[in-house]
Amino acid sequence: MSAEHEQHPLFMPLVFVGGLIFGFGLGFSHMAQPEVVLNFLQLSDLGLLFVMLGAAVVTGITFFGVKQFRSKAPLTGAVYGRRLKTLDKNVVVGGGIFGVGWGLSGICPGAAYASLGVGNIFILYGIAGMFVGAYVQGFWRSARADSSAPATTAD
Amino acid sequence: MMTATALFVALLAELFPNGISHYAIGGLLVGVGTAVIYLGTGIPAGASTFLESTLSYGSSLSRFQQYRPSRDWRVVFTFGIVAGAAIYAATFQSGLVGSSLHQPATTGELRDVGGFTIWLTDVQPWRLFLGGILIGIGTRLGKGCTSGHGVCGVGSASSASFVGVATFLLIAIGVAQLVQALGVSP
Repeated sequence: MSAEHEQHPLFMPLVFVGGLIFGFGLGFSHMAQPEVVLNFLQLSDLGLLFVMLGAAVVTGITFFGVKQFRSKAPLTGAVYGRRLKTLDKNVVVGGGIFGVGWGLSGICPGAAYASLGVGNIFILYGIAGMFVGAYVQGFWRSARADSSAPATTAD
Repeated sequence: MMTATALFVALLAELFPNGISHYAIGGLLVGVGTAVIYLGTGIPAGASTFLESTLSYGSSLSRFQQYRPSRDWRVVFTFGIVAGAAIYAATFQSGLVGSSLHQPATTGELRDVGGFTIWLTDVQPWRLFLGGILIGIGTRLGKGCTSGHGVCGVGSASSASFVGVATFLLIAIGVAQLVQALGVSP
């Protein structure tokens, strides 16, 4: 996805509107409340299953259904594709580390941004932590990539 | 038959003490927000890449600079999420709008700030901060979070995302149980 695709005047407004609906949903579902997520993970209220299922069903129908009508997105010209990542050791190790953090705190990135929106200023501790963690892994992995492949440039 | 129905109702009340309507509606809206962006742009937007793409504004590390082309719209997406949740707070949370499908907060603390009701967590700051660090490392190493793997990836029937979600969900359940068993609350 190159930056020139963002030139369409409706690109940023559409991303913002999508974010608005996404964030409103996280507020309405109470997933923006770490306590509710912890209650789910402690198996005392399984309602959060419906948040994840509901969201995945809508995106699943959209991702697979849109290709019946169009092949390319109107604002970017990008071909409609699925979100596919390579399954390797990192998916399991990273997923495990994320799981420890999620189970300890009851927060995840999207829900944390929404939590700030409902007024929960204490979530800034969590968001600050996320930036620290993202920086630590980026620092470590950039150093490893630079030392193992010195000929590769950043672009 | 009557007994079976009564048992079923009792089981539902046990598993879903706060009902399911607000959960399901919220989840559908999260899906609709993702779908709106996807239909217009072809992008399956996840929330955790924002952490690295935003670091590219202040760091020249190659790991962050690779996200430079998408960093602006990811900031817009995140502001949208914050603003959407604030609209929820200004309407349903503040009592301006009500619905039988909506459930008022039963956790944390609701506080009135000049007619606008904010919600504050009781979860201790060290849990949020330490958990946040692990989330920042894990989501980026593991190629996705609850929205990237859990919503977009599962919606794409991606095997990497099924493995990712199963891993973080099971580990999180284990850790949350352990933390509770150790008497850490809230």
